[in-house]
Amino acid sequence: MAKEYLTIKDVIGPLLFVEKVVDVKYAELVELEFPSGKRGRGQVLDISKDVAIVQSFESTQGLNTTQTRVKFIGRGLELNVSKDMLGRVFNGLGDPIDDGPKILPDKRLDINGESINPYERDYPADFIETGISAIDGMNPLVRGQKLPIFSGSGLPHSKLAAQIARESRVLGSQEEFAVVFAALGITFEEANFFIDQFRSTAAIERAVIFVNLANDPPVERLATPRMALTAAEYLAFDLGMHVLVIMTDMTYYCEALREVSSARKEVPGRRGYPGYLYTDLATMYERAGRIKGKPGSITQIPVLTMPDDDKTHPIPDLTGYITEGQIILSRDIHRRNIYPPIDVMPSLSRLKEKGIGEGKTREDHSGLSNQLFAAYARGKEAQELSIILGEAALSDLDKTYLNFATNFETQYVRQGEDEERTIEQTLTLGWSLLSELPRSELKRVREEDIAKYMETKEV
Amino acid sequence: MVKGEIVRVAGPLVVASDLTDAKMYDVVKVGPERLMGEIIELRGGLASIQVYEETAGLGPGDEVLATGAPLSLELGPGLLSSIYDGVQRPLAVLAEKSGSFIKRGIEAPGLSRTKKWSFDPSRKAGDQVSPGDIIGVVQETSIIAHKIMIPQDVEGRISEIKKGDFTVEEDVAVIEMADGGSAPIQMMQRWPVRVGRPYAAKRNPSEPLITGQRVIDTLFPIAKGGTACVPGPFGSGKTVIQHQLAKWADAEVIIFIGCGERGNEMTDVLLEFPELIDPHSGKPLMERTVLIANTSNMPVAAREASIYTGITIAEYFRDMGYNVALQADSTSRWAEALREISGRLEEMPGEEGYPAYLSSRLAAFYERAGVVTALGEPERQGSITAIGSVSPPGGDLSEPVVQSTLRVVKVFWGLEDKLAYERHFPAINWLISYSLYAEKLEEWWGEEIDKNFRAERREALRLLQIESELREIVRLVGVEALSSNERLILETARTIREDFLQQTAFFDLDTYTSPKRQFLLLDLIITWHTLAIEAVENGMSLEKIVTSPVREKIARAKLLTDDEIGEFAQIKEAIIADLEVSETVVEL
Repeated sequence: MAKEYLTIKDVIGPLLFVEKVVDVKYAELVELEFPSGKRGRGQVLDISKDVAIVQSFESTQGLNTTQTRVKFIGRGLELNVSKDMLGRVFNGLGDPIDDGPKILPDKRLDINGESINPYERDYPADFIETGISAIDGMNPLVRGQKLPIFSGSGLPHSKLAAQIARESRVLGSQEEFAVVFAALGITFEEANFFIDQFRSTAAIERAVIFVNLANDPPVERLATPRMALTAAEYLAFDLGMHVLVIMTDMTYYCEALREVSSARKEVPGRRGYPGYLYTDLATMYERAGRIKGKPGSITQIPVLTMPDDDKTHPIPDLTGYITEGQIILSRDIHRRNIYPPIDVMPSLSRLKEKGIGEGKTREDHSGLSNQLFAAYARGKEAQELSIILGEAALSDLDKTYLNFATNFETQYVRQGEDEERTIEQTLTLGWSLLSELPRSELKRVREEDIAKYMETKEV
Repeated sequence: MVKGEIVRVAGPLVVASDLTDAKMYDVVKVGPERLMGEIIELRGGLASIQVYEETAGLGPGDEVLATGAPLSLELGPGLLSSIYDGVQRPLAVLAEKSGSFIKRGIEAPGLSRTKKWSFDPSRKAGDQVSPGDIIGVVQETSIIAHKIMIPQDVEGRISEIKKGDFTVEEDVAVIEMADGGSAPIQMMQRWPVRVGRPYAAKRNPSEPLITGQRVIDTLFPIAKGGTACVPGPFGSGKTVIQHQLAKWADAEVIIFIGCGERGNEMTDVLLEFPELIDPHSGKPLMERTVLIANTSNMPVAAREASIYTGITIAEYFRDMGYNVALQADSTSRWAEALREISGRLEEMPGEEGYPAYLSSRLAAFYERAGVVTALGEPERQGSITAIGSVSPPGGDLSEPVVQSTLRVVKVFWGLEDKLAYERHFPAINWLISYSLYAEKLEEWWGEEIDKNFRAERREALRLLQIESELREIVRLVGVEALSSNERLILETARTIREDFLQQTAFFDLDTYTSPKRQFLLLDLIITWHTLAIEAVENGMSLEKIVTSPVREKIARAKLLTDDEIGEFAQIKEAIIADLEVSETVVEL
C-alpha cells in the first residue's frame, strides 16, 4: 500500500525535500497532487533515513509545502509497450497525445533498461544506404551504429535527419523496420516538420513519436530519450524489427541535466555540466546495437547543435567519445549553398571498414574513399595556400588538387534534397573525380581497382 | 558476518550504519539482491560504500553484510581467453545465467569450478619451498604454460605432491610448515586488487616491445616493462592503435581493459581475436589474451575497479616469468569514475572537479608496471608494459588526466585530429611525441638489426623537423623561394610521412611490419635522399629526380612481405642506378 505524505519541507527549483518518509527506495516513482488538484510525477534522487529528495517532472509552480500530497509508488518510471505504439504520438513521459485510443500494454518496462552484456553483442556489419554520397561513400552508416549529427543553429540538420529517415534502406533486404523519433526541447514548428515528413511519406505508420517541446518541463526531458529507447528496444529485440532512433536535440537534453544538477548543488565539471555527463549520455547511446541471435537492431542518429559551432564544447566532445563517429555539418559549406553541408574531413564513421567492401558494397569502396579523403585534404591545403599567396603561386599539381576539392564539394557532396543516389552511383562519381588526378598520385587505391573502375584518361 | 543497515542512497553511493570493525576497501553485499560494493570512507560510525551495480530500488533500512575481506581476484588456470567485467565476473557465464542483458545481483566465480586442468608437478615431496616457488605447470592454452606458484604466506617442506587432472579448488600439494602445521595448495589463489604483488627486485627495461607499427618501433619505441600513454581527441584513432598493439605486440600475455568505452569495440575484439593468428606463435591471439570489459553503460564503480583488476592479473602472469602487455582504454573514463564517486562523497574538488588524489592514484597504477625478478625458484624475469589511452576533453593536452599521466610515463604518442582528418593513420604527431627509451633501444636495434639504424632513425627525425619549418616558409612565400636541397628535403619528408609513417591497420599486407623490414624500408628512403642530394650537387635536374619511377617503387615497398625481403636490395640497386653516381661506393 503506497503511503501519502504531506511533509514537504523545501522546494528548490524542480526538487522537493520530503520529510519523515518510511520505506522509500532510490529511483522510486512519485505521484504529486498539487493544491489545485493538478497531478504530476517525480522521481526519488536521493534517499536518507527520513528525507527523500524528489525531482518533479512537472513545473513546481502552484506547489506548496503544506497542502501538496506526495505518494510513493513503489516502482521506477516505466513505459507501457505494445506493437500498437507504431503510428502514434506520445508526450515526453509516454502518454498518448494524439486522438487515438489508449495503448493496451503488452509489457511494462523500466525506462532505464539494463546494459547489454558486451559478450552478447553482435558486431554491426550491414551497410545502410542513405542515398547521400557524403555519408554512403565517405562515412557510411551501419546497422546497430550510433552516428550523431553535429550541427549548429540555423543549419539544415532537421532536413538531413528527415531525409535519412525517409530514404534509408539496407542493400538487398526487405525486413521490417521502424523509426522512433524523440523531440527533446525543440520548437513546435521543428517537431511538426518531422511529423509532417513522416505523414507525407506514409512513414508515420512505422513511426513511434515522443514529443517534449521547448516549453515542456525540462525535467521531463530527462525521461524522454529513455522512453524512446525503451520503445526501440521492445520493437527491436522483442519484435525483431530494425529500428532507427532519431533524437533531436541532445544539447537541450544536456542543458536540462545541468539545470537539475545545479539545483542539487552538485560539484560541477566543465562549463557547469555535471561530472557524470559522460556516464549519463553513455547509458543512452550504448543502447544502440545488435544482439547475437536476435533479428532486430537499433541504429541511433542523435542530433545536437554545437554551441557556437564549437566541437570541443562538452556536449559534442563527450558524445564523440561515446558514439561510433560523427557527421559534422559546416556553416562554411552551407554558406556556399551546398546541401547537405557535410564537412567530410572531420566526419567519421568508426564502423566503416566493417560495413563496406566486397559482398557488402563493393571491393573498391575502402581504398576509393581513403583516396578521396587524402586528395580532398590536399586540395583544402592548396585552397588555404592560394588564399595567402594567390592561385598563381601554386604548382601545377596543387592547382589540380585545388580543382579537385572544388569539384568534390559541388558534385560529390552536393545533391538534391530528394535525390537518392545508389551506392553504385556514388562510387562511380568518386572514380570520375579521381580521374582528374595524375595516376602517380593514386597511392591508396589498388592497381586492379584503377584498371577496373576508372575511365582511362590521358594525363 | 556483521550486518549493517542502509541510511542513505544517492546514485552508486550507499551509506550504511552499524558496520562495526569494517575496514577500508572491504567488500560488502548490499540490499536483498546482495549487490557487491566496497567501503571507501568511514566517518562518524557510518560507512560509505561504492556499489558496483545499479542501486535503484535500494532504500534506508535495507541490510548490508560485511564480508571482512577486500576486493580480491581469483588467480589460476582459466584466466586466459576469458572476458570479465570490472570485478572479474565472467561475462560469458553472466550471459548464460541472465541472457543478453546483465541483470542485477548475479554472482559468478572468476574461475570455473568444474573444469579440470592437467597438473604436472616440477618439484617432489621433500623439497623445501618458499613463496613464489613454481611447483608445477598446467598447459592452459597451446601457447601459455600456466605455472603454479606457492602463495605468499606458505613456506616449508612438500609432504605430498600430486599429478593428474584437478579443478582449481582441489589440493595438488601439501606443505608442512615450519611451525608444524600443514598447508594444502590449490591451483587457485586469491589476491586483493589494490595491493601490488611482491617481487624480488625491479630492473631497468632494456628490450623493445616490438609492435610491428613503424612509427612506434622505429621512431618512438616502447621497452618491455615500460609505460606509455596515447592521448588524443575523439576520432583520432586511440582505440585502433590499442587494438593494433594488442594484436601484434610481441608480449606473451595481453591484458586488454575496455574501461568505460564502447560496447561494440569490445565485441569487435571478441569476434576478431579468435580469428587472428599471432605472428610470433602461429596460434589464435585469444589464447594469450585476457579481456576486461566495463563498457560506458555498465556501473561506474566497477569501472573504477577495472584497471586494478587488470593490473593484478598482469602481475600474476609476470610472476610466472612472462612479458605482459597491459592496455587500458581509456584511463580518462577511470578518472571520471573516480571524480563521480568523489563528488558523491562531497570531497573538496581539485582541478576540473577531479579529486586531489588523482595524480597519486595514477602514478601508483603505472608504477605497478616494470621489469622484475620474480620471487622464488627457479629464478625468472617478467615484465609488464602498461599502455594507457587518455581521452582529453576537446583534445586539450593541458587537462589534469593527461598532465598527471605525463609525469609518470616514459613514452608519449600524441595523436592529432588534423592528421586523422587527412586519414594519416596512425595519427601520431611526430613533432610532439617522444620516447625516453629511444636511446637505450637504439643499441638493441644496432646489435640485432643493423648498425646504421641509429643514424638513419635520427636522420628521419631531423628531416621531419626541418620539413615543418620549411612548410611554414612555403606557406608564407611559396615553394619557389626554396633551394633545390630544401625542396628535396620536402620530397623526402613527404615520402617518410606517406610511405613510412602511415600504416593501414585494415590492410593485411600493411598491418604488421617486422623490425627487419622497417629498417630496410627506412634505409631505402634515407639512401634515396642521400644520393639525391649528391645528384643535385652533381648537376642532375631536380625535376628528373623527383619524378623518377623509382620513387613509386619505394612507395610500394611497404607492401613487400618477409618472403620478398630480397626485393629491397633490388630497389636499392635501382635507386643507385637511377641517380647515376657511379663513383660513390654504397654499401648494400
